[in-house]
Amino acid sequence: MKVLVPVKRVVDANVKVRVNADNTGVDTANLKMAINPFCEIAVEEAVRLKEAGSASEIVVLSIGPKASQEQLRTALALGADRAIHIETDEDLVPLSIAKLIHAVQQKEQADLVILGKQSIDGDNNQTGQMLAAIGKMPQATFASEVKLDGDKLVVTREIDGGLQTVNLGLPAVVTADLRLNEPRYAKLPNIMKAKRKPLESLTPSDFDVTLKSHQKVIKVTPPAERSGGVMVSSVAELVEKLKNEAKVI
Amino acid sequence: MAILVLAEHDNASLKLDTAKVVACGQAIGGEIDVLVVGQDCGAVASEAQKLSGVRNVLVADSASYANHLAENVSDLMLAIAADYEHVLAAASSFGKDVLPRVAALLDVSQLSEVIEVVSSDTFVRPVYAGNALATVQSLDDKKVMTVRSSAFDAVAFDGSAELVTLSQDIAPQVEFVTQSLTESERPELGSASVVVSGGRALGNSENFAILEQLADKLGGALGASRAAVDAGFVPNDLQVGQTGKIVAPDLYIAVGISGAIQHLAGMKDSKVIVAINKDPEAPIFQVADYGLEADLFDAVPQLLEQL
Repeated sequence: MKVLVPVKRVVDANVKVRVNADNTGVDTANLKMAINPFCEIAVEEAVRLKEAGSASEIVVLSIGPKASQEQLRTALALGADRAIHIETDEDLVPLSIAKLIHAVQQKEQADLVILGKQSIDGDNNQTGQMLAAIGKMPQATFASEVKLDGDKLVVTREIDGGLQTVNLGLPAVVTADLRLNEPRYAKLPNIMKAKRKPLESLTPSDFDVTLKSHQKVIKVTPPAERSGGVMVSSVAELVEKLKNEAKVI
Repeated sequence: MAILVLAEHDNASLKLDTAKVVACGQAIGGEIDVLVVGQDCGAVASEAQKLSGVRNVLVADSASYANHLAENVSDLMLAIAADYEHVLAAASSFGKDVLPRVAALLDVSQLSEVIEVVSSDTFVRPVYAGNALATVQSLDDKKVMTVRSSAFDAVAFDGSAELVTLSQDIAPQVEFVTQSLTESERPELGSASVVVSGGRALGNSENFAILEQLADKLGGALGASRAAVDAGFVPNDLQVGQTGKIVAPDLYIAVGISGAIQHLAGMKDSKVIVAINKDPEAPIFQVADYGLEADLFDAVPQLLEQL
């Protein structure tokens, strides 16, 4: 089973972003960038499937600016076999990304695509589902457990009321939830080895995919600030304030 | 043009989220139809007929829809989408699973977690864990979007929509195995007016019992931070945050939660936030209306006593 894992370069999860002065986006210049945490979990799962003998090869893919190659190198250091970078400086919507991933999947003949359930910048939670629709594949979103059983993939999903288990035929799309696994750290020798692993660089025009413009960001604004609260000194004062001032109990 | 709202239900009863998504539909303006997909879901359909301002309730009732799997629900929606300009669902695990698939089948983009309607093609949605709000105009002929239900007030149940039965039956392409739902008698986290949440500081799952008592006393729901879920104190469907549930109750009580960006993303639109934490530097105090610097094991029992 060949596994394709798309990864995204995003602002590090612990950085608090600020909206820029002209309200066109957030300031990302000079911010620490990292592999999207959900993508990291997807890479880890692919590596574990390979270690369990279920996956034969792991190809990682990133679509974005040249600097995304850093995140591909990170994924290679974590255990992926080779990487594909589709270089574009355009900000593509998930639908366009899904079309490009589908083109790569076809070219690579990958049986399973594991993605993160959402990127922590756009918070869209769409790409995996769209890829599954475009490729007419079954999907298991928000996965917290993935096993290969014969020619079927058994996936446990996190749903609002609890957990759900489904069986998927291959090829299939899985999106990773936080609790799927605990990603490993890349060791120094693996980081050195990753520098010599193959990384193929392509552009969107290398694929027979038409991308169109779907939406326009009119403006980006900071959310309303909460006004500073008060510190109370005792439980009695807290109860009094909740009853008489806030009137919520 | 008309608006299609995908109903959220468990085959037995309609979830309140649907009434909130209908409210978003009213803000857009146009005839609203509600789609109920499931098995033996007649009761859900009659409940949906009462939703205020709804024209038709479309019902697709078949064994193949029993488990609401995205593959066949999205194919069904594609089959009826021609009549609608807007396709809406709640940003729940069900809506998030199905709707992007519908959008891709229609070859249009999707807007996720819409919190405000500016016009029939322009909407506001949070990005970067709620640290920025993007106003986005859709250039597609169909607008497919998930709606953050906590941002809209539910419509009343005083309507009388027409019932329309759909005959398309789309066989499941995925084999459903099992489902295990967390049993609880407390109100649902997403719609509760009071939420009591605990974090890592609770120490173990037994200690969560005191928060359960507090939640019960206030008639509220129990929530948790990711740290508490990862440590195995409570099941993960109680997680509040960017990757868990987004809540906006009247009162949110955060007990032993530091207040990481990812947690704040899930609760900072609550009307009143109370934080109980023994670390005066905890970021949660920056968003709390009332902060109490105290050991939760002293404060929570006292609170229980005084309520």
